[in-house]
Amino acid sequence: MKTLSTSPSAAAPAPVSWLGTPARRLWLLLALALLASLYFMTSQVQAEWSFVLPLRGKKLATMWTVAFAIGVSTVLFQTVTNNRILTPAVMGFDALFQLIQSVLAFTLGVAAMQIPELSRFGMNVGLMVLLSTSLFVWLFRGQASNLHLLLLVGIVAGIFFRSLNNFVWRVMDPNEFTVLQDRLFANFNTVSLPLLLLSLPAIALVGIWVWRQRHMLDVLALGRDVAVNLGVNYQRAVMGVLVVVAILVSISTALVGPVTFFGLLVSNMAYQLMHSHQHRYTLAGSVLLGGLLLVGGQMVLERLFGFNTSLSIVVEFLGGLTFIYLLVRKAKG
Amino acid sequence: MTTTIEKAPRGGRGLALRPLAFALPAIALLALLAFISLLVGVSDVSVSTLLRLFSHNDDDMATQVLVASRVPRTLALLLAGSAMAVAGLLMQMLARNHYVEPTTIGTAESAGMGMLIGILWWPDMPVFGKMGLAAVFALAGTALFLAVLSRIRLRSALIVPLVGLVLSGVIESATTFIAYRFDLMQAARSWMTADFSAIVQGRYEMLWLSLGITVLAMLAADRFTVAGMGQEFATNLGLNYKRLVAQGVVVVAVVTASVIVTVGIIPFVGLIVPNLVRLVVGDNVRKSVLWVAWAGALMALCCDLIGRVVIAPYEVPIGTVMGVLGSAMFLALLLSRRKRMGG
Repeated sequence: MKTLSTSPSAAAPAPVSWLGTPARRLWLLLALALLASLYFMTSQVQAEWSFVLPLRGKKLATMWTVAFAIGVSTVLFQTVTNNRILTPAVMGFDALFQLIQSVLAFTLGVAAMQIPELSRFGMNVGLMVLLSTSLFVWLFRGQASNLHLLLLVGIVAGIFFRSLNNFVWRVMDPNEFTVLQDRLFANFNTVSLPLLLLSLPAIALVGIWVWRQRHMLDVLALGRDVAVNLGVNYQRAVMGVLVVVAILVSISTALVGPVTFFGLLVSNMAYQLMHSHQHRYTLAGSVLLGGLLLVGGQMVLERLFGFNTSLSIVVEFLGGLTFIYLLVRKAKG
Repeated sequence: MTTTIEKAPRGGRGLALRPLAFALPAIALLALLAFISLLVGVSDVSVSTLLRLFSHNDDDMATQVLVASRVPRTLALLLAGSAMAVAGLLMQMLARNHYVEPTTIGTAESAGMGMLIGILWWPDMPVFGKMGLAAVFALAGTALFLAVLSRIRLRSALIVPLVGLVLSGVIESATTFIAYRFDLMQAARSWMTADFSAIVQGRYEMLWLSLGITVLAMLAADRFTVAGMGQEFATNLGLNYKRLVAQGVVVVAVVTASVIVTVGIIPFVGLIVPNLVRLVVGDNVRKSVLWVAWAGALMALCCDLIGRVVIAPYEVPIGTVMGVLGSAMFLALLLSRRKRMGG
């Protein structure tokens, strides 16, 4: 475990005895998530059920899709990079996705709007996979890559992509921008239904793939050298994981826009709670925790405080604090 | 280091002449750019209008544009650019790290939050009140950063800017939350992205204040160089380290606040300029501070010109141009460092 100085085993409190195994804690989490979802669907209904249920159903499906995409992509990314502070979002991945969308819309103009949703999304994801993997390979080429340098490069790359994006928006035709904006800044309340329907099979496929690879992922987490010694085709495995990460980031960004620190919050909570290095627990745990946070958080904000779209802001704030905490703790250790 | 070796055999005359040989072309270049900046824009201002200005007997359209808009804008660019660059240099001394500046450690974001709160609670506050409030918040933000920094024992050169960037992100999300709550998101975003297009006579004069403070900081440059060497070193030389740091933080906060209240957040000038100057001139602040001010003004002028030309007759705000160019240059800086380390 020399590479994982932020490893949860070092600092996590002893797990509660009657929830002694990760599996039991996972079941509890699942039960909580189901309860929260049920409550979300049925509480405080003041209009016709036939109106409320589809509306809330779409919102709920979006939240769980996003929770899955962010949770799984973050854990996978952290496994591959062998580090628990990195997330695809911190490394500027979703800013890159937005930039690709904007540049495509800008260069193709109205033509870009006429491409059907499916092939457009496919095109975006394809470009995203290509660009992000080459960026990644370029950054990780050196064996002795300095973590802090890498993080800094990622954050600044994110700023760079975002500023470039702002620039493209300034130059764009206002009409085209309006269409683009609808696609870039959907929130949980105004998600495009075709995009959601498109994401569900993609999520299902990714889910099956990841589940079948879970043991290989456990091996990957041991680091490059050990993995190679244990007979993993490292290059291929990492590429596969990165493609999956790129797909997931594209989905979550396309659905609800960029959220920088949410994945970090969820994955680190999952490591603490699951207290296990096995991916079947950490992956499932981070997805369930993510869903619980989103559904629960949305409910608290919506019904207690009467806000609508500010969940991502709150989550960003909490996630940012977590990030500082992890950085400071790591620096001390 | 290299400069001392080079200088030793040259003797007094060379020393006196060399800075002048660089300074004259530098001033000429800045003047040329400022001149171009006066001429570029939607309404025509020609060279002859400029000349007529000195014979002061006309008040036609072009002259009015020049006096009311172009001259203030160019002056504001010069002042804000050099002030932010010097503030960045100072911040780098105080944090003892080359990769920080007011907009990447939360100073600017806190100032923005102060402005927002001022506008919410005391909408009729005069400009100086707004600036005061912004400065107080900027002070608190900078102090918070330094406090977090002092808690980190292992200070790798790169963890400092990392903590700063995240801290400014957290402060920004808090600001966004307040703005969202009061339906001020769009307004807040437009205040905070630096934009010189709204600068006219009567709207930029506060920047002279930042010039005054910047000059004071320049005069105290030696002390800050010593502060940059650490507490023990400074104390050994008989300086009150804590007071020096406090003074530095106040200077950075007030300068940043005055620039933000007038034009908005100009990112990366304070980061890129001191680093580039250091590559050429070296670490001695007393020598480099004038060059930093000069290069900051130059960079602000260039970026604003790019923004004005690229989608003319519309404008790209300088905050955006600087965001693109500055982050690209910062990346280059980081990666060249990696190359040197052989990574």
